[in-house]
Amino acid sequence: MSGGKLLEVRDLCVEFPTRRGTLRALDGVSFDIAAGEILGVVGESGAGKSLTGAAIIGLLEAPGRVAGGAILLEGERIDTLPPEAMRRVRGKRIGAIFQDPLTSLNPLYTVGRQLVETLRTHLPLDAAAARARAIDLLRQTGIPAPESRVDQYPHEFSGGMRQRVVIALALAGEPRLIVADEPTTALDVAVQAQIVALLRQVTQAHGAAVMLITHDMGVIAETCDRVAVMYAGRVVEIGPVDEIIRRPAHPYTAGLMASVPRLDGDVARLAQIEGALPRLDAIPGGCAFHPRCPKASPKCREERPELALVARTRAACWWPLTERGGAR
Amino acid sequence: MSEPVQGRRGAVVQARALGKAFELATPWLDRLLRRGVPRRVRAVDDVSFEIAPGRTLGLVGESGCGKSTLARLMVGLESPSAGEARIGGADVHATLAAGGGAARALRRGVQMIFQDPYASLNPRWRVVDIVAEPLVEQGLVTRAQAPERVAALLEDVGLKGADLRRFPHQFSGGQRQRISIARALATEPGFLVCDEPTSALDVSVQAQVLNLMVDLQRARGLSCLFISHNLVVVRYVSDDVGVMYLGRLVELAPKDELFRAPRHPYTHLLLAAVPDIERGDRRRAPVLGEVPNPLAPPSGCAFHPRCPHADARCSAERPQLLSAGATRVACHAVQEGRI
Repeated sequence: MSGGKLLEVRDLCVEFPTRRGTLRALDGVSFDIAAGEILGVVGESGAGKSLTGAAIIGLLEAPGRVAGGAILLEGERIDTLPPEAMRRVRGKRIGAIFQDPLTSLNPLYTVGRQLVETLRTHLPLDAAAARARAIDLLRQTGIPAPESRVDQYPHEFSGGMRQRVVIALALAGEPRLIVADEPTTALDVAVQAQIVALLRQVTQAHGAAVMLITHDMGVIAETCDRVAVMYAGRVVEIGPVDEIIRRPAHPYTAGLMASVPRLDGDVARLAQIEGALPRLDAIPGGCAFHPRCPKASPKCREERPELALVARTRAACWWPLTERGGAR
Repeated sequence: MSEPVQGRRGAVVQARALGKAFELATPWLDRLLRRGVPRRVRAVDDVSFEIAPGRTLGLVGESGCGKSTLARLMVGLESPSAGEARIGGADVHATLAAGGGAARALRRGVQMIFQDPYASLNPRWRVVDIVAEPLVEQGLVTRAQAPERVAALLEDVGLKGADLRRFPHQFSGGQRQRISIARALATEPGFLVCDEPTSALDVSVQAQVLNLMVDLQRARGLSCLFISHNLVVVRYVSDDVGVMYLGRLVELAPKDELFRAPRHPYTHLLLAAVPDIERGDRRRAPVLGEVPNPLAPPSGCAFHPRCPHADARCSAERPQLLSAGATRVACHAVQEGRI
C-alpha cells in the first residue's frame, strides 16, 4: 500500500438493541484506505456494507450504535465526536454519494443554490466566488453548459446528470474521503461507465480516498484498487482487486465471483452458492459461512477464523483455497 | 422437480408493427396558445418480432427505451395505438376486449413476473392465497384444493411446501421472487413475460433465480419474453436478443450472433459499456452522451447524434429493420456497407 492510512477502521462493532435482545450487525470490522486509493466493499444485501459506510460518516440510524472499535480519519478518532463536530467533518472532510441521486438533492432549490450553500458552509467564500466555484465543479463532473445548468432544478436533469451533480456536491468541501454507496446502481449501463470513469478521475485529481460500496462486481473490477468482501457483518477477505477476482482465497469470495454471469464465454449454468445469508438473530457459531461452505469441517463450526495472510490476500478461513490446498 | 402437468406447450408469440403512443397532459398555457396539439410520446414504435414455441427472446435497452411498455402491450395490460400483439394466433387486445371464454383462456395462458418482489406480492396475504389466486380466479381449483396444489408449486420453485402459511415479509428477496414465479406458473401458461426479474437481487441470489427460471422454462417448454437492462443476464437466458432504442427495435439477432458480431453501433456501445469482471484492466470505453428526450426524438435515425458513423442520410431518413445475414438491423451505415 502506498502513502499513509487516510482512513483506519479498527474492530468496528455496530449493534441494534431490540425487544428480543441486541443484534450485532457489524462484528469486528477492520480495514484501512490510503490517500488516492479506491477500496471496494462487496457482499450480499444485509452483509453490513452500507452499515459500515453509515458508521464512518456518522449517520447510523437509531437505534443502531457503535458498540466497539474505532474509526480514525487522518489519525484522528471521529467515531467519538459529538454530533455537531461530526456534522462539520461530514461535507468538509468526508463526502457522501448515495444510490438515488433524486433523494440526495432538494427538489425545491436549484442545483447552484445547493452547491453554493455547501461550499459556503465549508469554505470561506463570498457569494460570487462560491457561484464561480459551483460552475467549475459542475464542469469538472462533466456537465455540459454549466453556466446555464447551474440555475436549473434537479428535475431538469437526467438520472446520470443528477448523479454528476451529487458527485459535485460531495466534492464541494474538498473532502479527503468519499464514501460512495451504490453510486451507479440506479443508472443505465452506458451512463454507469461514465460515472465510474468520473469517480476514478476526480479521486486522482483530488488525491482523495474512496470507499466504494456496491454489489456490482464489474464496477469493482474496473474501479477499485483493493476489495473487501463482507459476510454476515464481518470482512471475510480483503486484498488487491485482481487477486480477489482471479485467485480468491475464501470459499465465499470464490462462490460470489463464480455466480457473476460473464459476457464472454457461454456457460450452460451459472454457479450458485446454495442457501442464503443468515439473519442477524441467527448467525451461526464458528465461521458464519460454514453451513453454506463446501469445505466446512468441525473446526469451522466451533472456532471463528480471523483475517490472516493467504498468498496475496487476507482471508478469514480455516481452509483457504490456495494453489496447494490444505489448512493454513 | 415435477413433470409439466398437462404438457401445455409454449405459444407462438408475435408482435406486428406494434406501437404505443402516450398523450401527455398539456400545461394550460400551452393548451391556450397552441390550441389542442397534444404532445405525444411514442413509447413503442413499429416493433415486430416473433417468438417460436419454447424459445426466449431477450430485450435490452436503457431506461425509457420502451421495454416495459412493450411487455405490457404483449400481455394486454396496455392497448396498442398501432399494430397488434398475437399469442397463439389470437389478437391479444381484441380477444381481451371481446371478453368471455376466449379472453379467459388467453389470460390463463399468459403470465408476467415483475421486477420488485417487495411490491408485487400483497403483504397481507399468505403465500397460499397469493399463489392460488390465479387458479381460483380461473376456476381451476377450489379453495379447499388450493393448499395441495400450492405446496407442489412451491416445491417446484425450491421452497418448502410448509411455507404456504407464511407471509411475504418472512421471506428474503430471492425467495419472494420464487413465490412470484410459482404464482406465474400456477395456471400453466404458454407464454411468460419477465420484466427485469432479477434486477433487485444480489448476484449470488440472481444466479439461483436465473438457474431456476431457465430450468422451469425448458422443462415446461414455455415461450418467454425476458426484459433486462443487463446484457450479461440476457445472454444467459435468451435464444434471440432484441436491442431497443427510443421505442424502436434497432437490432434483432440470434444470441450468439449478436454477442459475436454485433452490427448496430448502439449494440456496440451497449456491449462496450458492460462492466465485466474479466476486463478488470479498465478498458471499458466511456460512452458519450445519453438517451435523448423521448418527447423530442432526433430526426432520422434516433441514434444519429451519438453515432460515430452518422452522415447526412442518418439525420434525415429513418432506417428500417432489414436483414443483414442472420441479423436484422436498422442502420443505414450497415445497409450501405460502411461498417
